[in-house]
Amino acid sequence: MSRIKDAFKNGKAFIPFITCGDPDLNTTKACVKEMVKAGADLIELGIPFSDPTAEGPVIQAANMRALSAGVTTDKVFELVKELRAEIDIPMVFMTYANVVFSYGTERFLARCREVGIDGLILPDLPYEEKDEFMAYTKEAGVDLISLVAPTSEGRIAMIASEAEGFLYIVSSLGVTGTRSEITTDVGAIVDIVRKNTDIPCAVGFGISTPEQAKKMAGFSDGAIVGSAIVRIIEEYGVDSPAKVGEYVKQMKDALRTI
Amino acid sequence: MSNKKGRFGIHGGQYIPETLMNAVIELEEAYDKFKVDPDFKRELSQLFNEYAGRPSLLYYAEKMTKDLGGAKIYLKREDLNHTGAHKIYNVLGQALLAKKMGKTRLIAETGAGQHGVATATAAALMGMECVVFMGEEDTKRQALNVYRMRLLGAEVIPVKTGTATLKDAVSEAMREWTRRISDTHYCLGSVMGPHPFPTIVRDFQAVISQEIKDQMLEKEGRLPDAVLACVGGGSNAIGSFYHFIEDKEVRLIGCEAAGRGVDTYETAATIATGCEGIFHGMKSYFCQDEFGQIAPVYSISAGLDYPGIGPEHAWLHDTGRAEYVAITDEEAVQAFEYLAKTEGIIPAIESAHAVAHARKLAPQLSSDKIMVVTISGRGDKDCAAIARYRGEEGIHE
Repeated sequence: MSRIKDAFKNGKAFIPFITCGDPDLNTTKACVKEMVKAGADLIELGIPFSDPTAEGPVIQAANMRALSAGVTTDKVFELVKELRAEIDIPMVFMTYANVVFSYGTERFLARCREVGIDGLILPDLPYEEKDEFMAYTKEAGVDLISLVAPTSEGRIAMIASEAEGFLYIVSSLGVTGTRSEITTDVGAIVDIVRKNTDIPCAVGFGISTPEQAKKMAGFSDGAIVGSAIVRIIEEYGVDSPAKVGEYVKQMKDALRTI
Repeated sequence: MSNKKGRFGIHGGQYIPETLMNAVIELEEAYDKFKVDPDFKRELSQLFNEYAGRPSLLYYAEKMTKDLGGAKIYLKREDLNHTGAHKIYNVLGQALLAKKMGKTRLIAETGAGQHGVATATAAALMGMECVVFMGEEDTKRQALNVYRMRLLGAEVIPVKTGTATLKDAVSEAMREWTRRISDTHYCLGSVMGPHPFPTIVRDFQAVISQEIKDQMLEKEGRLPDAVLACVGGGSNAIGSFYHFIEDKEVRLIGCEAAGRGVDTYETAATIATGCEGIFHGMKSYFCQDEFGQIAPVYSISAGLDYPGIGPEHAWLHDTGRAEYVAITDEEAVQAFEYLAKTEGIIPAIESAHAVAHARKLAPQLSSDKIMVVTISGRGDKDCAAIARYRGEEGIHE
């Protein structure tokens, strides 16, 4: 088991996402440090992909900005190596199967281990296809994080029983992006998850406000926020780290009240 | 490898978000049930024969044969189908299946617009709602098809992300499907995407090779020596090849779009320039860079302008059962003009890629050899673009 479990030791976990290299790697680095300082419990680092099919417009645009700025998988590994020298909390990669596969799955995971990555989230890798990657994640000691969706229904138990690290509960249908309302019965999903695994679960997709985070973490062990943070970076660019820190603090503070 | 489902060798699989998994499982179950259901089969063959125009002609291209001075050339006339291409059969099959599944809404991606028009047509016929995603670049190249889709009652959504072409339209349709699943069927237009799409689409298109076989036996009393078809995702090609796969003496030749050349970045020839990857739900060959970023491909043909190829083609390539060649824009345009002047048939610019290879191959073969070239669609939609390519101004779509 990786250090991911540590992320759930400080009450409800706040898990921010950031696209690496948007608008440049130095800004990403500064943002991550601010997020850690502000109380983030686990960082999701997005490795940009040209065609991120599970993302809404905000994160799609961040991927494009990062790729246009010349970010590559190798540069992201370098960034993580530098960050790991300064921060202790768990960090996971969130990217697409082709980014890992094309790098060479074994080589990619060996690099993850070397630079101190704790987990891997691949939104286009469902339960049925995971073994191909898991052979290498296990060897590297990296948790392959599974997702359950509002449409998973009878699949939840099967997915949860083999889940590693933490279970990512997708709150809503559709792609990533902020939503004014989350209508899925997340509590009911969590109930099934709890019966089938002891690992923590966190809810993502659509969360942007402290109230939403509090509500979703109330059902589970934490809240994941991506688009709302990426939007701050889109607006403030290289000046965004302090703003991102303020936002993360506000979100984590809301979770502390649960 | 855990998931053996929908594999063609190492290719295929189901690399999609969890949100869609139950939808593709439900689709597979419904397809397995209905494909052997006598009522479904009867309804579908009625649609094929009485609505869309099956069987299509197998035409002996005598002038082309004499002009090229080699193999005897037959053209499989998919251009004569309702809506002007082979695409309608996959769509009628999927729309009927979707209807049986209780879906009321079809979404689709389209490149050249042929699949979009076919989907809009089936939706109109069956009283279903229809939304078509089309790269903004393609809506300009194929403005007439945009009008046709709207005329048929479909909503056309121009996709502005990425390269604003076919791959982005597929991504956007997949995103839309994750947003709205319960009443919506994603009517995928080629033999690509996650299982079971490559199999379903192939089965509905396989009627092409079944007919070629029957018609060839009737006309010539034997099988052809070669079957040629253009390949983007590969639906008309797999349809043309499928019933010949076991007939090893029949050469199967897929013609990819080389764009400005396979030694340039402006190409869409996946087998020639791509490598193994995972994208749009499948493992197959893709045009990509060393870090797995999907390449912005290019071809004059909007229908072949896709950075991947269906997983069954990838397997036919791996095993050597089919050959894949790359045809440039210029060769395709010349073939477009050649077929018009020689046989009085204006092929789709996609199909012209297969005609171009036939022009190269026929003279190398003796006159006792027979080749079949699938004309996957008609070329009316391309006239304005080809005229522009030739420097003619003022022709509007």
